[in-house]
Amino acid sequence: MATSAPARAPRALKMPIRLDRRYLPVVGTFVVLALMLVVGGSRYDNFVSPAVISNLFINNAHLIVLAVGMTFVILTGGIDLSAGSVLALSTVVTAALLQAGWPPAVVIPLAVGAGTVIGLAHGVMVHYFQVQPFVATLAGMFFARGLCFVIAPESIAIDNASFVSLASWVQIFGGWRMSSGVLIALILVGLGFLVLHFTRFGRTVYAVGGGEQSALLMGLPVARTKVLAYVVSGTCAGLGGLLFAMYSRSGYSLTGVAMELDAIAAVVIGGTLLTGGTGFVLGSVLGVLVLGLIQTIITFEGTLSSWWTKIVIGVLLLIFVALQRVLTLRRT
Amino acid sequence: MRNLLRHHLFWPVAALVVLLVANTVASPSFLAITVRDGHLFGAPIDILRMTAPLLLVALGMTLVIATRGIDLSVGAVVAVSGAVALSYIASSSDPESPVTVLTAIALALALCLLLGVWNGFLVSVLGIQPIIATLILMTAGRGVAMLITGGMITTVNSEPFKVLGSGFWLGLPVAAVLAFGVFAVVAFVVRRTALGMLLEATGINPAASRLSGVRSKTLTWTVYAAAGLFAGLAGLLISADTMAADANNAGLFIELDAILAVVIGGTALSGGKFNLSGTLVGALVIATLERTVTVVGISPLVTPLFMALVVIAVTLLQSPRMRERLTAATRRPVATTPAEPQPAARPDSTEVKA
Repeated sequence: MATSAPARAPRALKMPIRLDRRYLPVVGTFVVLALMLVVGGSRYDNFVSPAVISNLFINNAHLIVLAVGMTFVILTGGIDLSAGSVLALSTVVTAALLQAGWPPAVVIPLAVGAGTVIGLAHGVMVHYFQVQPFVATLAGMFFARGLCFVIAPESIAIDNASFVSLASWVQIFGGWRMSSGVLIALILVGLGFLVLHFTRFGRTVYAVGGGEQSALLMGLPVARTKVLAYVVSGTCAGLGGLLFAMYSRSGYSLTGVAMELDAIAAVVIGGTLLTGGTGFVLGSVLGVLVLGLIQTIITFEGTLSSWWTKIVIGVLLLIFVALQRVLTLRRT
Repeated sequence: MRNLLRHHLFWPVAALVVLLVANTVASPSFLAITVRDGHLFGAPIDILRMTAPLLLVALGMTLVIATRGIDLSVGAVVAVSGAVALSYIASSSDPESPVTVLTAIALALALCLLLGVWNGFLVSVLGIQPIIATLILMTAGRGVAMLITGGMITTVNSEPFKVLGSGFWLGLPVAAVLAFGVFAVVAFVVRRTALGMLLEATGINPAASRLSGVRSKTLTWTVYAAAGLFAGLAGLLISADTMAADANNAGLFIELDAILAVVIGGTALSGGKFNLSGTLVGALVIATLERTVTVVGISPLVTPLFMALVVIAVTLLQSPRMRERLTAATRRPVATTPAEPQPAARPDSTEVKA
C-alpha cells in the first residue's frame, strides 16, 4: 500500500480532465445491472415487474445498509469483517429484549447502539493500538458471534405487537411495494451519500483513504475520522440487524454468517477500491442489487442449483477487479 | 530476563503454557500420555493431531503474508480438495485399493496446486490486491466444491484413505507426522537457503527487491501455489478424519484461524519478517484453546467469545503502542545500563506499516 501512495499525486492533478474515469466502474456496474435485467426480462415472463424489483429491495434491505457502512470503512483503506456477526448480535438483542417484555422504543436504540459500541472498539484498536483492521475486526467478529450465543443459543421469535406492526408496514403504489425496512435503508443510503460528499467528515474520509500521511500533514483530523468510520460501519451493522429482525421476525445467533463477504463483494463490484480513497455509496447499492439479481435469476431459472450463485459472484468479482485494475493502470 | 521478555516467541509460548496449566488444573490427568496397542493416546497427542490441518494452512499463510499478501481462499481450497478426493474414491470401482486412494490424493493435490497458481497469477501478474484476488476464489471455491460433490455430503469407506486421518505411524498420528514433517522440510528449505531472506525482501519492499535482482514475481507466485498445495493437503487430512466431504463446512473459517496463528506467532500482517516457529506455536495455541474450552467445561457456544478475548489480549499486547509502554516500563528500573541498540529495530518495524 505504501508504494502506491506516491503514484497518486500526479493522478490527482489530472483529475479535472479525466473526471469521468472515476465514474467508470460505477457505470460498469450499472451496465451489468441493466444487462441482467434485459437478459432476465427476455428469458422469463414477469421478470422485469414491479413485484420482482420490489422484492429485490425488500430481500436485500439489510445488505444495502451493511454495504453503506462497509463503504465508509473501505474508503479509509480499512476493512470490517465483523459486519455479519454484529448484524446477528443486533437481531438477537432485539429478539431477546422484546421477549423479556421491553418496549420497542428502548430495544431499537439498544440494538443499534450495540453495533455502535463494537464499531467504536474497532476504531480505537485500529487507530490507537495500530492493530491491523483485518485482525481487529476479526476479533470483533468472534466477539459478537460469541455474545450472540451467550444471549440466546436458539432462535427467538418476535411477537411484540408494536414491533410486528412496524415491521409489517408496507406502502403500496401500483404494483410497487415498499416495506419499512426498505424505507429505512433508502433513507440511510441518502444520508450516507450526503455525508460523504457534502460534509467535512466525508471529504476527510476520502483524504485519509487517499493518503493517510498527507491527510495528517494537511492537519486533517485523521484519528477522529478513522475511528468514526468504524463507528459508522458498526452502527450500520446494528441497523442492518434491526432490519433483518424486522424481515425475519426472529433473532438467531447464526444469521449473517459470511454476510460481511457479501457486503465486501457488493462494495467492490460497486467500484470502490479496497486500497481506499475511491468509490461511491451509490455504487455499493448497485453492487448489492447485482448480487440480489443473481439470486433472483437463479431462482427464476429453477433448474440451476443454488451453488451457482457463489460461482457467478466469484466470476463477477473477477471481472470487476480486472476492470478496475485496467483503469488504475491506465491512469498511472 | 529482559532478553527473554523481548524474545519474539515469549508471548505466544507464555499463552501456550498458561493454557496447558489451566487445563492441568481443570483436569489433572490432562498431560498424561498412555500407550495402547503400540499407539500413543492422550490429550497432548490429540492436540497434535488437531493442529495438523491448521498447521499446514498456517504454514502456507505465513509464506504468503511474508510477501505482504494474504490468502483468504484456503478454506475453500480445503473444501475442494476433500470434495475431489472423496468423489473420486466414491465413484471408483474399488475404494479399498491403495492405487485408487493415491490417484485421488494426487488429483486433489494437483487441483489445489492449480488453484494456488491461479491466485498467484492474479496477484503477481495482474497485480490485483491479494485480499481481493483470493476473495474471488473464497466465494467461488465453495461453489466449485458443491459442484463436484453435487451438493451432497459425500461419504466413503476406504481403509487406506482413513489412515491419513486416524492412522498411526511409529505410535504417532499419521496426520501429525505428515503436517509436522512438511513443516520441518519447508522451514529447513526456507531458513537454510536464501529463499527466506528473498521472501522477506519481497515483503519489505517489492520494488527495491526487484531492482536489486530478486525475482519478486516468481517468488510471490510460488508462495501462493505453495499455500494452495498445503491447503489441499490439509483438506485431505480433514476429510480423512471425518471420511466425509462437506463442501459447505469443511475448513470453514480455517483461513481466519490460520491468520490468527500467524499473528499470534508474531508475524506482522504488513509483511516482511516472518517466523515459522512462531506460526507453529500459534497453531498449537489455537488447537489447545479449542481443547481447553471442552476440558474446562466452557460451553462450546461461548467458544468464539473466549477466542475473541484471547485474540484481543494477544494483539493488544503485541501492538506497537503497547510494546512501547512495556519496554518503557521495563527499561526504567535498569536505566543505569546503557540501552542496547535493539530498540532501534522497533521504529523500523512501524515504519514498514506506515
